Amino acid sequence: MQQDWIMGLIGGGLIGMAGALFLLVNGRIMGASGIIGGLVDGSGRSDWQERAALIAGLVIVPAIAALAIGGSETNLTGNWIIIVAAGLLVGIGTRLANGCTSGHGVCGISRLSLRGIVSTAFYIGAGGLTMVLFKHVLGVI
Amino acid sequence: MRAVVSFLTGGLFGLGLLISGMTDTTKVQGWLDVFGDWDPTLAFVMGGAIIPMAIAWRFTIGRKPVLAAAFPAPPEPRIGRNLVIGSTLFGAGWGLAGLCPGPALASLSYGGTGGLVFLAAMLAGMMLTPGLRVRFDRAVPAT
Repeated sequence: MQQDWIMGLIGGGLIGMAGALFLLVNGRIMGASGIIGGLVDGSGRSDWQERAALIAGLVIVPAIAALAIGGSETNLTGNWIIIVAAGLLVGIGTRLANGCTSGHGVCGISRLSLRGIVSTAFYIGAGGLTMVLFKHVLGVI
Repeated sequence: MRAVVSFLTGGLFGLGLLISGMTDTTKVQGWLDVFGDWDPTLAFVMGGAIIPMAIAWRFTIGRKPVLAAAFPAPPEPRIGRNLVIGSTLFGAGWGLAGLCPGPALASLSYGGTGGLVFLAAMLAGMMLTPGLRVRFDRAVPAT
């Protein structure tokens, strides 16, 4: 448990440094949903190379690192209905809100953006309520 | 060159997500589960990420990015309906599965079939959103 928060702090620091690199060099905000969403709906066609390169790094580097440490585990639920419903909600919600944990959370809060702070309050609140309802009341997750 | 920096950004981001445990859905759900066996890790990850990022934002004042013309515009202050509804829907999905867009991509290699299905559903949702947004705005005009 004690090791968990240290790893959290170190890993979080790397995430923040990634965002800082992208901002200071490329002048852009590191938001996962915006970067991939712009490729999927065509709104980010003009700078697709940059988006594709970021996604490639985001997939390939942890793949190699996970292999190096002998594999990792997501412990994702095996309930297909929940997986599909959750995926759709995350996809639609992040695009409607124009950001997710990285864009609104990390990059928004760090510049004291009101939108980032409000968005984070709502997605954490909704996530907490979802745990109450689906775990403690219905017992499906 | 910008693409190389983008790749490095994605790589650091992914490595951070793996190391911090944020691609483990039980740690994310554990943090959201205030009434269960609460796991504080996510708060440390957020804090650890916000500190370097806040320093970077400070550094942008009066400067230009190395490989771009300008820094992003100041944040829009307007809290729209879509921001609130979208964030709420996102939070519900985040709680249900314990995955958000960054970790869904970072864990692609070890997330199994479930991870692939989640990603496919997420991409489908992203593809549907522009159309949904138009219908929604037509049905309930923004005030």
